[in-house]
Amino acid sequence: MYWNQHRECLPREQLEEMQLARLKKVVERVYYNVPFYRQKFQERGLEPSDIKSLADLKNLPFTTKQDLRDNYPFGMFAAPMSEIVRVHASSGTTGKPTVVGYTRTDLNNWAEIMARSLTSGGTTKDSVIQIAFGYGLFTGGFGVHYGAERIGALVIPISGGNTERQIMIMKDFGTTVLACTPSYAIYLAETLEKMGIDRSELKLKYGIFGAEPWSEKMREEIEKRLNITAIDIYGLSEVIGPGVAIECQEKKGLHIFEDHFIPEIIDPVTGEVLPEGEKGELVFTTLTKEAFPVIRYRTRDLSVLTRKPCPCGRTHIKMAKVFGRTDDMLIIRGVNVFPSQVETAILEVAGVEPHYLLVVDRVGSLDELEIQVEVSPRMFSDQVKGLEDLERKIKHRVESILGISVRIRLVEPNTLPRSEGKACRIFDRRNI
Amino acid sequence: MIKQISLFLENKKGRLAYVCRVLANEQINIRALSIADTTNFGVLRLIVNNPEKAYEVLQKNNFAVSMTDVLAMEVPDVPGGLAGALERLDQAAINVEYMYAFLGKTSHGALVIIRVENPEEAIPVIREAGIKLLDGDEVYSL
Repeated sequence: MYWNQHRECLPREQLEEMQLARLKKVVERVYYNVPFYRQKFQERGLEPSDIKSLADLKNLPFTTKQDLRDNYPFGMFAAPMSEIVRVHASSGTTGKPTVVGYTRTDLNNWAEIMARSLTSGGTTKDSVIQIAFGYGLFTGGFGVHYGAERIGALVIPISGGNTERQIMIMKDFGTTVLACTPSYAIYLAETLEKMGIDRSELKLKYGIFGAEPWSEKMREEIEKRLNITAIDIYGLSEVIGPGVAIECQEKKGLHIFEDHFIPEIIDPVTGEVLPEGEKGELVFTTLTKEAFPVIRYRTRDLSVLTRKPCPCGRTHIKMAKVFGRTDDMLIIRGVNVFPSQVETAILEVAGVEPHYLLVVDRVGSLDELEIQVEVSPRMFSDQVKGLEDLERKIKHRVESILGISVRIRLVEPNTLPRSEGKACRIFDRRNI
Repeated sequence: MIKQISLFLENKKGRLAYVCRVLANEQINIRALSIADTTNFGVLRLIVNNPEKAYEVLQKNNFAVSMTDVLAMEVPDVPGGLAGALERLDQAAINVEYMYAFLGKTSHGALVIIRVENPEEAIPVIREAGIKLLDGDEVYSL
């Protein structure tokens, strides 16, 4: 099942020719429009004309999440503001989000790759697709939405939450494709069972799941309990959002749409490009984006690339399901969470450098985040009211930064684990 | 004025016993005690025979501890004794944030520990209302 067979099955030679032409253009675009890139290139004595082959990509500087943060909110935009028609945002490493922009052309390209992704995941013009990814600044909902509309499927833009209503609609509207996070899919399955709804009352055939890491074990469970084919979708807002890569029905790796993105795998420590087949950090260069192109963006996601021909016929390179992260980012209910964000919030509220621990648990199938904060003598007054106030303020601040609900638990000083003097910030009890 | 020791305690098994043991090891005697608790934590308040030493010992044992000024008020040990005293505080516009009873008694009556907003200013007002307040030394040595 292809959306754009010509492009998705383009012979490698032609694909690489196209990539080089596009790479030259995007390098020119950032050089002349984004002071950050221009300065970085000049520091290395590079000019756009130095890109003569795809192999020259490795000479270009990396872009990091920190760079995006330093240029908050619109400093990385490479198109005039009047051409920007949409922004989305994801969590930054501290209080400020990372803002990404789209021109009309970008939205058009995004819809194209999402149409390819959804088609690969079983969606057709006749599908009824229930989009239970969040709509809003998060790219998930809108990304899937425009791809599904492009295909001409019937779109149910239900967004996340209100599970019983999701199920009622799934049943009454005859949903055939479900798009959401894998953990929410499991939660839906559990709720179905609880509500006593038999699987035969649903028309569900395919699920397209992403925005958080999930294992093969989880796939088996989802496929069994919902009796569907579950497909992994990959993306990140810094690159475009969902649709950077998608599994085909082989379910053995995700095809990266190489006419729009060039992936590399690097050694996260040295930054060296690693040969095909070696595990390392995924790095992306966008080839067609106008508003927010990125050059060698370090995703911090660990994966491996392979060019082995795929029985599905697509010629685009494949990445393995993401194994993990090179940093301490957590994904909770599809939302990126950095311990440093929590630290900033507590510091703002309590006025002291906190000792804290993020405890992530999967209760039923939903992720819960508890933040344990050591009460330091400076935070402690004789009053219970004062402590409850502190608890409430931290909760409020953290929730407004992260955008997910959390539980705060005050604990006694020196009770949180420390290793080699440095505090351990994360205790992930989820068995993903 | 009396020095009260307050400390933060998680609602976890064995914590209270541990605090008491730490104090006992230093020969510190607890004279009065109260716990204000919420779902997850509590604030333990203590009147001891040697507040400075207790503060130091608890701090050394990694507790979040603070010292607060409170008043020790003597009330007649008869029905209505406390009610009458509190009514007089009320008339004098003194707001009691919390209070708890003292172990044992003086020769004249029962003792309660009260925490008010401005203890310094409240002392003359309470005395004027005809209520006896005890000094620290009297209380610690009871």
